[in-house]
Amino acid sequence: MLNTETRPAGKVDYSALIEPTRINSRLYTDPDIFQEEMEKIWYRSWVYVGHVSEVPNRNDYVTKSIGPTPVLLVRDRNDEIRLLLNKCPHRGNQLCAYRQGNRATFTCPYHSWTFSNTGDLMGYALADGYEGASKTGVGLGKVPRIAIYRGFVFGSFAETGPTLEEHLGGAKAALDQLCDNAPTGELDLRAGFLQHRTKANWKFMVENETDGYHPGFVHGSIFQVTKSGIANLYGKESIALTRDYGNGHTEFDLRPEWRRIDKPLNWFGTTADRLPDYVAAMNAAYGPDRARQIMIDGSPHTMIFPNLFIAEIQMFVIQPISVDESIQHVTAVQFKDAPDINRRLRQQTMGSVGPAGFLLADDTEMYERNHRGARIRDPEWLVLTRGLHRERKDENGYTIAHSTDEVPQRGIWRHYLSLMQEQPA
Amino acid sequence: MTAQIAIATADNDLRALDPVALHHNVAQFLFHEARLADSHDYDGWDALWEEDGIYWVPANGMDTDPETQMSVLYDNRSRIHVRIEQLKTGRRHTQTPRSELARLISNIEIGEVAAAEVTVFANSMIYEDNLRGETVWAARNEYRLRLVNGNFRLVRKKIALVNNGKPMFTLSFLV
Repeated sequence: MLNTETRPAGKVDYSALIEPTRINSRLYTDPDIFQEEMEKIWYRSWVYVGHVSEVPNRNDYVTKSIGPTPVLLVRDRNDEIRLLLNKCPHRGNQLCAYRQGNRATFTCPYHSWTFSNTGDLMGYALADGYEGASKTGVGLGKVPRIAIYRGFVFGSFAETGPTLEEHLGGAKAALDQLCDNAPTGELDLRAGFLQHRTKANWKFMVENETDGYHPGFVHGSIFQVTKSGIANLYGKESIALTRDYGNGHTEFDLRPEWRRIDKPLNWFGTTADRLPDYVAAMNAAYGPDRARQIMIDGSPHTMIFPNLFIAEIQMFVIQPISVDESIQHVTAVQFKDAPDINRRLRQQTMGSVGPAGFLLADDTEMYERNHRGARIRDPEWLVLTRGLHRERKDENGYTIAHSTDEVPQRGIWRHYLSLMQEQPA
Repeated sequence: MTAQIAIATADNDLRALDPVALHHNVAQFLFHEARLADSHDYDGWDALWEEDGIYWVPANGMDTDPETQMSVLYDNRSRIHVRIEQLKTGRRHTQTPRSELARLISNIEIGEVAAAEVTVFANSMIYEDNLRGETVWAARNEYRLRLVNGNFRLVRKKIALVNNGKPMFTLSFLV
């Protein structure tokens, strides 16, 4: 057994906890490891924060997060997207107490310091006490790096490091694939998020999002009741694939199955005649051939490390709160100016996910049981060997295997190990 | 304890009922519905619903528009039935084993009264115990009940959890 008593703080040997095909349970339960993850993953690498469509107008803001830290996603008075930290630089008070709104300034309720939504200090209250003091350099904290890809806003607390595009690598194609499903090429994520509180370590969620082995079992009840054919995608005969994009990004690629079936919108469990306005708009936007291909391939099922999960019709944002608590934020994918498909997307999403969802309530039950299991000492090693013998490379050099294989989980842990072994710059 | 008590009204008109009798009959129905939910009597609860029934748990506010905004739960009649059937498979893992439940329904107020329909407001407090632990849920409920053959039936049940703008644990029992 590992002897936690004699381990010096901050000196976890991750290579002794993560092997190519097995990992140690302690990775989910050790509070010191959680703290180190904050520094080496959440407050360093690119993390998804929000979408530009959530702040459509000048001076809109919405409270988001990077790890446990709240972050204000703001479209400022100059129409620029910013990520501000919700802390008055005077005495540290929480500046904004509301989740969202529209305002050009934020005034701290404690001593009434007022900030522009660019983050700059505009004025001291009772300014005579600050005679001669400069207001520059006293502004709100900011997430030092911000990058936007097709409306997806990412932030990084590291001043330097890989660019967002370098970080996304091949997984960038999943964001393109998602946006291609919109006739305008743009998302419009304004349906609000459900927040599903989960007593489990965040990594159980990341690993499960592209686990094709569990659905037939965990979701068997709803597949049975709705006579859904989805279970076949996770069956022995499925030609769907798991994929490891590198950098911790993983995918469940359903396109081989949808192309075999060759029916537009089959991926969404519907047919073209039931969404005539959407289909017409797609044909007009892309031309009939390209539109047909997009509507056959459908929307991706891709986990962008560490916190953005595109689940075809939903978008999840995973937020770690503590070593044993996480929040799954989820909303319906909504396309700009596509009301007929948007309504169906919301209805399907509300049925499937969130605290009462036909699917996610059971996934979340598994996460919580996973976590309770991880606390048990023996066996300490967990097994990630499924499909090792049938791994292969796709045409782009990414590792793929059968839809039920543990290619994604092995890829996530390989990336995790590399991040946790990095030394501070 | 099983059958509902028939409601005697002149000409099948709730407006003709004495207000105390109406309140009593409404309360008895709400307690009956609460007991079916607490005891996981899925078929009994499913049978309370009218064909145009809506079962709704809003999110992010007491009155967000369910036609444009995400709700925790926004079931029409067919989806209510799917929910019940999933629970009955025995493989709805989040309810296997089932939550142990006891709820209080209180502050019952009668709203608009029509000939065969009545709007009712009530508060509910639900204690849940399951594998995760203990959870207390508090909600302001709104019901629309319809009088059919001398018994109330559910047309609408809105459960506005007071903290629905914050992260909430799995809500997989009948709320």
